[in-house]
Amino acid sequence: MSRARITVSTEARARLAAAYPQALSPSPAQRLRVTAILATLAGVAMFSFWRLDFNLDRIGSGLAQLGHFITLMIPPDPGTQLPLYIHALGETLAIAFLGTLMGALVAFPFGFLAAKNVIPNIFAHFAVRRLLDTVRGVDRLIWALIFVTVVGLGPFAGILAIATASFAELGKLFSEAVEALDRKPVEGIVSTGGTDVEAVRFGMLPQVLPVLASQLLYYFESNARQSTIVGIVGAGGLGLHLAEQIRVLEWQKVSFLILMMLVMVAVIDFISARLRFSIIGKTRLEP
Amino acid sequence: MAHAVTRLPDAQLAPMLAAYEAAVRERRRHSFIAAAVVLVCIALAAWMGEVKPGVLFANAGRLTTYFTSIVPTLRWDSLGADLAEWYWNLDHWLKLLLDTILIAYLGTLIGGIGAFFLCFLACANLVRSPLIRLSARRYLEFCRTVPELVFALLFVVAFGLGPMPGVLALAIHTMGALGKLFAEVVENIDMNPVEGAVAAGASWPKMVRFAVVPQVTSNFASYGLLRFEINVREASIMGFVGAGGIGQDLVEAIRKFYYSDVSAILLLIIAAVMIIDLVTEQVRHRLLGVGAGR
Repeated sequence: MSRARITVSTEARARLAAAYPQALSPSPAQRLRVTAILATLAGVAMFSFWRLDFNLDRIGSGLAQLGHFITLMIPPDPGTQLPLYIHALGETLAIAFLGTLMGALVAFPFGFLAAKNVIPNIFAHFAVRRLLDTVRGVDRLIWALIFVTVVGLGPFAGILAIATASFAELGKLFSEAVEALDRKPVEGIVSTGGTDVEAVRFGMLPQVLPVLASQLLYYFESNARQSTIVGIVGAGGLGLHLAEQIRVLEWQKVSFLILMMLVMVAVIDFISARLRFSIIGKTRLEP
Repeated sequence: MAHAVTRLPDAQLAPMLAAYEAAVRERRRHSFIAAAVVLVCIALAAWMGEVKPGVLFANAGRLTTYFTSIVPTLRWDSLGADLAEWYWNLDHWLKLLLDTILIAYLGTLIGGIGAFFLCFLACANLVRSPLIRLSARRYLEFCRTVPELVFALLFVVAFGLGPMPGVLALAIHTMGALGKLFAEVVENIDMNPVEGAVAAGASWPKMVRFAVVPQVTSNFASYGLLRFEINVREASIMGFVGAGGIGQDLVEAIRKFYYSDVSAILLLIIAAVMIIDLVTEQVRHRLLGVGAGR
């Protein structure tokens, strides 16, 4: 198929260039800016390559190794350990579910405490916000490691780690949801003689609950992914077996475990997306 | 002031009240079923997850002891010496922190470049062939579903210990995560320039370069910065599996109960993450402001 091309004569192009100088030749300052940004990005990248010891030999031999491992991974096969892995899958689900739920329960009051429109005292909500930020700055795997040293190995440490991390993240999201509320129902309740607590219960809660529930489900999805890795530091679930099988180079089991993770995540995504739509769809106020 | 509330006759009111009661009952029944399902799930999960509230209560004391013992002893009269003792290994940790940030930077950059080239293939409005589109989507999905730490574990075996496997693991995960976000941006572009470029006879790459890219760069950069911030956090744990960065020292400090080291390193990580948070937020607001102003 041949395409018809529009040919632009030289004087027409000159006319266009005169009419739209910006489009055909960007100003030198802008060009310089783009070049400077790209050069900085590339420069920092070069420095990082040097500082982090990248070399082509290692990349080449590593890729060859990786290719070899992938051929060894096919077909995925759990060997005789299928029941053990199914149990680990159950543990992973339990960690994600209870961790999200516990985190949300603790985050719920904090969401209100960190909201400007509930606690007008600037110091109080600033303090709560910084607390949430600090807890959020620590990755959940670090929490898992800390809880393993406190309550011992096993899924319970994983639950506590996921709960701590979810608490901080959900607390922030909850407070944002509360701050984005419509003030009118609250004013209505206060003007008819309701107390502050009643204003929160009847004016705010009905508005935020659907939003919170959908965020909760979203976090459950994300925690299902995260709870597969807390096992790497000994906090139960699939990650424990995965790390172990990678260390002893049992590639067929590794690929089976990764496959289990993918299927689990896909199923949870599907279910929670359905639930989320039904929650938001039923109670959504705006058209 | 007086309000007059008109009250319907009882005969008319009764069916409405009954309908109201029925609606309330229906909602109560729904909430009750939902609560029951959640309770059953909690019980099952608690049994699977070996939750022992007794253990938690018995160890609650240990938890608080843990956090009090990682707090260093600082006294007013010898504050300088105490701080120096707390951060005795500061030079080494700062170097590791720099490594961690560089790992996150390279991971974000390489992953971002990969995502940039793949995202156009995954868009329904630019690619007609479902085969290319769906395979690009599935590939991106795979990259973001497998946690980066799993990639890191695999790459450490293949490439050897060090920051390189960490960078590659972050890059692959970032490619999946950013690729999805980028594709969503591209699917929401204004299609008029695309039509113009195609009508003027542009090939597919030229169309993408001149009609699509100018519309999406500021959004792409903003998502890239957001991802960088997440990746700094992730890079801080890459050391747990031997993939470089400050995680290596942290895991050692926690396992060997070097209490004051734990808090020293954690505070360094938190400070770095917060500073990067603030800086990237500023840059992102400016970027999006520029994008919206056009």
